[in-house]
Amino acid sequence: MGLTLTQKILADKAGYDVRPGDLIEIDVDMVLGNDVTSPVAIKEFSKIGSKKVFDKEKIALVPDHFVPNKDIKSAEQVNIVRKFAKEYGIVNFFEVGKMGIEHALLPEKGLVLPGDVVIGADSHTCTYGAITCFSTGIGSTDMACAMATGKAWFKVPEAIRFNLKGKLNKWVSGKDVILYIIGMIGVDGALYKSMEFTGDISSLSIDDRFTIANMAIEAGAKNGIFDYDEITEAYVKRRANRKYKVFKADEDADYVESYDIDLSKIKPQVAFPHLPENTKAIDEVGNIKIDQVVIGSCTNGRISDMEVTYEVLKGKKVHPDVRLIIFPATQDIYLECVKRGYIEEFIKAGAAVSTPTCGPCLGGHMGILAKGEKAISTTNRNFVGRMGHTESEVYLASPAVAAASAIKGCIASPEEVV
Amino acid sequence: MEGKAIKYGDNVDTDVIIPARFLNTSDPKELASHCMEDIDKDFKNKVKPGDIMIAGYNFGCGSSREHAPIAIKESGISCVIAKSFARIFYRNAINIGLPILECPDAASAIEDGDMVSVDLETGIIRDITKGIEFKSQPFPEFIKKIIECGGLINYVKEKVV
Repeated sequence: MGLTLTQKILADKAGYDVRPGDLIEIDVDMVLGNDVTSPVAIKEFSKIGSKKVFDKEKIALVPDHFVPNKDIKSAEQVNIVRKFAKEYGIVNFFEVGKMGIEHALLPEKGLVLPGDVVIGADSHTCTYGAITCFSTGIGSTDMACAMATGKAWFKVPEAIRFNLKGKLNKWVSGKDVILYIIGMIGVDGALYKSMEFTGDISSLSIDDRFTIANMAIEAGAKNGIFDYDEITEAYVKRRANRKYKVFKADEDADYVESYDIDLSKIKPQVAFPHLPENTKAIDEVGNIKIDQVVIGSCTNGRISDMEVTYEVLKGKKVHPDVRLIIFPATQDIYLECVKRGYIEEFIKAGAAVSTPTCGPCLGGHMGILAKGEKAISTTNRNFVGRMGHTESEVYLASPAVAAASAIKGCIASPEEVV
Repeated sequence: MEGKAIKYGDNVDTDVIIPARFLNTSDPKELASHCMEDIDKDFKNKVKPGDIMIAGYNFGCGSSREHAPIAIKESGISCVIAKSFARIFYRNAINIGLPILECPDAASAIEDGDMVSVDLETGIIRDITKGIEFKSQPFPEFIKKIIECGGLINYVKEKVV
């Protein structure tokens, strides 16, 4: 039996033929941490007693969760990271003003490339599978050990294949595809496994792919990964300043499950509280009044997300009972929004536009929900209390649906407003 | 180890184990003081050192925050037995030395408040209250080695220094 795409990358790093279930210790190409997970990792790193990190250029420290700092404690956490970066000469430390949400920032800066093995102390590290690398979330202790040794341990995963065909309809995006899939297989439907996206992926933009790979973790997956094509190459080529390796699954690769997905059949999706698997197509949602709309995050804060938000919002007004918060995911995306005139339209529509931060997605800051409030959000989780009070509710959707809902004051399809 | 069972359902996520509003610190004691707060306000009052947490499928799903197993361990829980674990929680628990066992039968049968004993060597779980015994999946050799070293830091330390 041949190997899946993920298994091929892991076998290449291991230097021998691997099989699903094998435990391997391999070199990593990038180790990532943020302001929540890095302080714990730094404390653990100091216990190892190593005087240097394995490679100053292969570690990325991105304070993004509680920045610009929301309180004294979080400021002190970031200070631990800042000092560590200085002391150990970490090249890729991203300060406020230059930072972005980690999973939008790293690919944008060319720090992760096809064929890489990437670990990050953040569960959404699986995002980079969009550009055909193996990337997965780990914890702070893993991060600490990898900073010292450049290595991490993995169990070689089995894979589920998603064989895509057809083209997405207007107002349907990568977010709808991944919500649809999670609705189908459940929040542990891919537990410990790879989700490998193959077939006709030509109608999925690179941003759609980032969104899909980003939420692989919401199905419990170890990683989500896409085939490499011209769209990948167009994105990666102008950002890469080192060589990279393109891998392909073997023709006779062994998948534990395989699904055929017709993209043209997928309607805009909404995940109801309190699990991402509680999905409904937009026409089955009913009348749900909302108090807040959040557009942004590592899932949907990229330029095409801002573009569709602009398309829906331009010339319209946010419903008087709704607060709309938009946060482009990186400074480059923010600047591009300024250049294209999106920000002006957002503000005229009545939206609050924020500097990049994970803030509201995890109930950190910049948009916390009160008891009984409902939000529709382009983020990735709608767990109990995720965005604030334990009796608040989060509905997950695409930027198009979120923007339309902001205008209507209730969960709505973009077709109702544009 | 032996303790009282404290039981939860499926898909207990790391956001309810330790909500993000408390992640502006990494102090284990402070984290433990908010452990399980959003799913069980009473947890911190009822948990006693040695107690055993029982859960359903996909325990620890969501965020990779190691603060979650740290908070559970610091609160006095000696072992978590679940039908299945989310993968990042699974490796975090092993890496920090919080014993976890995957055993669907035990996780189904054991009820909240039962006295439970666990032998990590053999993987035998006993519900003392009910007088029944279960055998959990043994860890692979590599993971046993990490556990024997007392966590990943000690395992790596031997190699680096």
